[in-house]
Parts: sequence; structure tokens; C-alpha cells
Amino acid sequence: MNRFRTPLLWPLAALVALLVFNALASPGFFDVEWKDGRLYGTVVDICNQGARVPMLLALGMTLVIATGGVDLSVGSLMAVSGAVAAVQVNAGASLGQAVGLALLLCSGLGLVNGVLIAKVRLQPIIATLVMMVAGRGLAMLLTGSQMVPFKHEGLTFLANGAVGGLPVPIPLVLGVALLAGVALRGSAWGLFIEATGDNETASRLAGLPTGGVRLLVYAFSGLCAGMSGLLEASNIAAADPARMGDTRELDAIFAVVAGGTALTGGRFSLAGSLVGALLLQTLTLTLYNQNVPPAVAPVPKALVILVVCLLHSPKLREQWGRWRSPSPA
Amino acid sequence: MSGILQLHGIEKRFGDFAALRGVSLELRAGEIHALMGENGAGKSTLIKVITGVHAATAGTMELEGRAIRPGSPREAERAGISTVYQEVNLLPNLSLAENITMGRQAMWGPFIRHGEGRRRARAALARLGVEVDVARPLGACPVAVQQMAAIARALEQRARVLILDEPTSSLDAREVAELFGVLRRLRDEGMGILFVSHFLDQIYALSDRITVLRDGGYVGTWEAAALPRLELVSHMIGKPVAAAEACAAKEEASAGPRRGAVVEVAELERKGVAGPFSFALEAGGATGLAGLLGSGRTEVARMLFGIDPATSGSVRVDGRVVSLTSPRAAMAAGFAFCSEDRKVEGILPSLSVRENIVLALQASRGALRRLPRAEQEALADTFIKALHIKTRGPETPMGALSGGNQQKCLLARWMAVQPRLLILDEPTRGIDIGAKGEIEALCAELRRGGLAILFISAELEEVVRNCSRVVVLRDRQQAEVLEGGAISLRQIMETVAAA
Ligand SMILES: Nc1ncnc2c1ncn2[C@@H]1O[C@H](COP(=O)(O)OP(=O)(O)OP(=O)(O)O)[C@@H](O)[C@H]1O
Ligand SMILES: [Mg+2]
Repeated sequence: MNRFRTPLLWPLAALVALLVFNALASPGFFDVEWKDGRLYGTVVDICNQGARVPMLLALGMTLVIATGGVDLSVGSLMAVSGAVAAVQVNAGASLGQAVGLALLLCSGLGLVNGVLIAKVRLQPIIATLVMMVAGRGLAMLLTGSQMVPFKHEGLTFLANGAVGGLPVPIPLVLGVALLAGVALRGSAWGLFIEATGDNETASRLAGLPTGGVRLLVYAFSGLCAGMSGLLEASNIAAADPARMGDTRELDAIFAVVAGGTALTGGRFSLAGSLVGALLLQTLTLTLYNQNVPPAVAPVPKALVILVVCLLHSPKLREQWGRWRSPSPA
Repeated sequence: MSGILQLHGIEKRFGDFAALRGVSLELRAGEIHALMGENGAGKSTLIKVITGVHAATAGTMELEGRAIRPGSPREAERAGISTVYQEVNLLPNLSLAENITMGRQAMWGPFIRHGEGRRRARAALARLGVEVDVARPLGACPVAVQQMAAIARALEQRARVLILDEPTSSLDAREVAELFGVLRRLRDEGMGILFVSHFLDQIYALSDRITVLRDGGYVGTWEAAALPRLELVSHMIGKPVAAAEACAAKEEASAGPRRGAVVEVAELERKGVAGPFSFALEAGGATGLAGLLGSGRTEVARMLFGIDPATSGSVRVDGRVVSLTSPRAAMAAGFAFCSEDRKVEGILPSLSVRENIVLALQASRGALRRLPRAEQEALADTFIKALHIKTRGPETPMGALSGGNQQKCLLARWMAVQPRLLILDEPTRGIDIGAKGEIEALCAELRRGGLAILFISAELEEVVRNCSRVVVLRDRQQAEVLEGGAISLRQIMETVAAA
């Protein structure tokens, strides 16, 4: 029984299955090439695109979901972040200024989510829905509702450059994940987050700073969205206030749930969420490679997600055990 | 008399752990049948198998001669088995009336007749001697009222089999008497009643036959009249009668040395809710709060721990005024509070036993000074041994423990912070007699170390036995403070009842 409980097992198994399918169905899938001091190939692309949005968003979303909440505003905050950075560099700001301001603003807006939830006691889904709408409006306001292209070497490097042969987003997301993991498990914040999500009243009565926990996770989620927005804008050297990050909050939620963190809160697994995000990205690319029209691609995607989530359900596993061995001696 | 419900060789496994190992039991029509066993013996699990919460891994059940295998509590209810579970599992946001009539509402076409529902709910509660506003949300009521609502709901169904899992754990003597009157009447009308309790007095006052479980196994069934208490205890713990005697004798608790007041409560009041209260708590002493349901016992505790802070009055610790505006502030003042509502205010069900035990200590250290894993494990091990917590290990999720064992973990959580004042609201709720003695002994030891205890219990004997001072409450106010020799059951009862 125990070995089925590790959250990593099922998304990993699904990922491996998908990779095997690809290896058979599209020759050259695993080919990697070294050119101009960096790696190229389909697998690298998957990791790069995965790192840019779903993985980064999933990191923040994991902690939010672990506290029993959800953050619907991350897609809009991506647009805010891209817009701020684009407008700033066009106005002659340095890379540090542009990036710093974008990240600060997004963390701040995340913190506002946290305040609405922890202090004003709004439901997370309502508070972040408000922020989702407000954030999109803010991005429009900042850009005059126009696509804002920019020419700035530093900012375009973020998504297009390479560090140690890998596209920047990959080491970046791994770095953030590692840092977050060490910070959460090295301190008691990880326990506090899980406790708050498992039973908030009991946690508060045990002296936990449950309000602080909420502020922290929503601010972190905003920060992750901000980073992801910068990478998206950097990738196309433009900020598109209307479409950037649109519906990507759903990808993040899927990744987290597929990675074994329950929507009801409690235990979380950052590694699981990263694998879940990678699974999602691989699936997207696989469907594209198999010439599934983009309009119907969500259907098989939804099916795979459903299966992975069902595999996580202890109830279903118990039922399965019962079918296999109706009456053990 | 005929068997109305029959169980044959019921077995239930959770993974590779057998919680029930071939239990057989016959419940007759017109009898009250007690199900006894230590914490974690499998009583609640057996009940959950009967009512379809869990599916048995092996074994069969018959209700009035027909094989049944309910897949859900709803199916069991329809088949005629109505149940009061150990943990109140009603809906906190719905009113008492809605909870009591849920699923059997009076209808007018497609509409629920709320007025009729409230009338029925009021009548069902009145049968139990409870008078409350049935339009109140369940979650806003004290645990005892919630428990009464669960019982009223079960009685409302006019089932053939009634199952009650520790229904009296937060009721006081008067309420228990009302409940027992109703149960006896139902028995005489031919209902079969299965009853779980850790109170031996209640078992002997009520039951006709007794079945004992031990470690998931069936030990035996006896006529209650033919089974002496000590023998019953020895069957439960699986040791000879002499050991059972020792177990019962441990209940004697000795007082610690008096060291003057640590906590002085002066004119503490929460406007419109309860108070004012003035009393002192001594280092090494145990002070009891006694009173009827709704007399303000829990409110005092909640004020002291900053959950519902007082609006006026003061509390001094060692002569210095402390601010008690939140649980964190109260903990900083050296207070600890073990709530009566274990499910909502106590356990973290999906976290481990270890994490549940270290939680309050970790909170008081702050997030950045994480307790090293080795220390956490040592702490958990210490308490698992000291309180005989029955768990497969420190990493088992709390939700998999039996009710009594969860309660022990919560006590451990608060003992671990080494507080100056420990507020215990119904601390022995659902704990078996052996463990009760151990906990009382442990409290006595902590008191010798200078801990002050504020003790709340609906069981007056327990208050009298353990406390050197008793604050008697009436109508959410302080009625009297009894000390030393003046403390007796009779004196408390008289003060409580005085108009
Ligand atoms: N869902 C579960 N998963 C795993 N183990 C469980 C689960 N529920 C109960 N158990 C185990 O089964 C055993 C019996 O538990 P049960 O709740 O039936 O005890 P009980 O006799 O009702 O005790 P108490 O007097 O404390 O209420 C315990 O050891 C418990 O840890
Ligand atoms: Mg039980």
C-alpha cells in the first residue's frame, strides 16, 4: 500500500508513458543537438515552455492550494508583470528597475489577495476572481490596451538566452523550486502551511499564525506569476495585455492537482507539481505533433488529467483493491 | 427475545492492518447491548461497518433474518438502522431543525415545510429535555447540544435498531438521565439498541448485555447482571482481575504543593455573553469549573485563551497584567487550552501523529526556529509511550486513530509546551478508564512541577475528585467558589440548581 502513496508516482508514470508513446510515434523526439553553446531539441523545448509558465505558476499555486485556497488571478498578474516591464524598458529604465518593479507590483497584488482572504475573510475564489478581473484591467490601463513591443537585449535574454547550455527559464524555475523547498522544509513554514490547510480553526487554536501563512502564500503566488509574466513577454519581445496568461491559472491548478496536492488543502509536494506541469506541457506538444486540431485538443487533455487525478484518490484505490481480491483470507 | 441484528465473522482491514478480526455479535429486539473495549479496540470501526461507512473485508450481516450489506449510511438508515456517530457529523451551517429532519422533511409539494420541521425538531429535543432555539445554526451550539441534536435525529427516525457511539461524552448528569429514560422506553417498545460508552456506571445502569472487543478481536458476551465490574475491566485490558484492580486504583490523584496564585482573574467579562468572573488559579493546584450545560463553562475558557476575548476585566500572571486578545497572545502568557471539540478545534486529520503533537510547541517557537526532526520524533515517542497512544507509528495520519487516542494526542500537544496554566475542557472525553487514570496521574505530576490546571468537566465526580477549588457557574455567571472541604457533589448540585 505504502509505495502507492508517494504523490510523485502517478504523474511520473503518466509522464513516462507519454514519453514512450512519443518515442515510438514521432522519431527523433529525443534527439538533442548542441549548437552555439546551447542545447536544442523537442525535449528541451518542452522543458523550456513548461518552465516559462505552468511550472512557475504551479509552484505558487501549490502553496495556495495547500492552505485550502486557490489563486485565479495568476494569469492576469502575468499580464500586469509583462506590461510593467515592457512600458518601463521602453521608457528607458534599466533591466533591474523594470524587473524589480514588475515583481514588486505582482507580489504586492498577491499580498492584497492575502489580505482580502485572511483579514477581510473573503472566500479565496471570490477574492482572486476580483483580482483576476482587476489585474487584467490594470494591464490594459498600463499599455493603453495595445500590444507593447520592446527592443531590450537584457529583457529578451530572460526567455531566449541560455545558462550552462540550458534556456534560462529551466535553471530559473529549478532554482526557485529548490529555494522554496529548502526555505519551507528547513523552517516550520511548510508545516504551518499544511496545518492551516488541514484544519484552520485547530491550527489557530494551536497558536499558528494562520493569517501570516495566508499572506505569505498569496504573495509568493503573485511573485511566481510576476516571474512567469516577465518570461512570456521576454519570449516574444512584447507585452500583450489582452492575451498574456489568459486561462493559464487553470493549467497551474491542473498541474498541482495532478502532482498530488489535494484541492482540499493539507499535504503538498512541490516536486509533484513540477512533474504535473511537465506532464501537461508534454501532453500539449504530443497532441500538436499528432495533428490533433487545437480546437479539440482539450478533450484528450482533460481525459489524461482525469485519470491521473483518479489515481490519486484513496477511495478509488480501495475500491480497486476490492475488485481485484473480493475476499482476502 | 429474538436476534434482530446478527453479525458473523466481521473482518475489516485498513491496508495490512486488521482493525476487526472476525467479530460476531447478536443484537436482540428489546435489549440495550453495551459494546465495550479500550481505546482503539475497534468499536467505532464495527459500527461503521454495520452502517455502511466502511465495507467489511469479510463476514456477513443479517437484519431480521435477511442478509444486508449497506453501501452507505443512507442505505442503512432506510433499512432501519439509525446511528449516532462518535464524532458529530451533522452540517454546521444548517439550523438544528434542518439537521434533525434532514432527509425526512415534511413537504408541501416540492417545498419543504420549515415550520413543520421546526415543530418536529423542537418536539424531538423536548423529549430529551433540551430546550433551545431550533433555528440556530448547529455550529453555533455547544458540543453537548450538537450531541443532543444527533441523538434527536436518530430518535426521530423510529428505526428498529439504534446505535449510539459514546453519545454521552459531553453530556452532564441530568441530560444523561433524560437520555437514558428515553432509551429504556424505546427498548421496552422492542427496539434493539447498541451502546458504546467508557463510563462503567452508565453501562451498568443501562445495559442488559455486554460484548467486549479487544484489539479488533471478539472476547465475549455476558449478561450485565452476571459480570462484575472488575471482571469486565480485566476482559477489556486482557489481564487478570488483579491488574484491573490496580487500574481502577490509579484514579486516586494527589495534589501538588501550593505555591500561591499564578493567575488572578478579576471581573473578567464578555459583554452580553458571560461574566463577570473573579477567581485565582494556584501553581500546583487544580481548579474546576462546574455548572450545567450553557452555564458558561466553555465561555470562560475561550475568554482566557483569547479565542473570544473578554471585553472588560483583567487577568494577571505573577502579578503582571497580560493581554489575552488571541490564542497566540494567551500562549505567550503561558496558557494552553485543550478544546472540548476535538474534531473542529483539535485534530489535523491528514497530518501525522508526530506533527499533531509538536504543533503547539513549534508555534510557540516561531516558524524560523524549526524543531529538529530528531527532537520531534523523541517528543512524539515519549508521549506515545507515556499516554499509551495506540498508533501504528508516529507517522500515521491522525485521522486513522480512534477517537480516544486522538484525544490523548491533543493532551500531549499541550503538555509538550510546558505551560503555566493548562485549561482542559472535557479532557477525558472518550478516553477509556485505564487511560483516564494515567492522564489524571500525569496531570498530578505536572502540577507537582508547578503547573496550574483549570478543569472543565460535565462529570461532576471527576471535578470533585481532582480539584482543590471549584468555581460554580450558573446562567453564565459566577455563583460561588467552593474550597477544600466545602467541595462535595451535593454542595455543587445545590449551588447549580439554586434559583
Ligand atoms: N480509517 C482508518 N484507517 C486506518 N486505521 C484506522 C482507520 N479507522 C480506524 N483505524 C484503526 O482501527 C483501530 C480501531 O479503531 P476504532 O476507532 O474502531 O476504536 P474504538 O474502539 O472506537 O476506540 P475509542 O474508544 O478510542 O473510540 C485503531 O487502531 C485505529 O487506529
Ligand atoms: Mg470510537
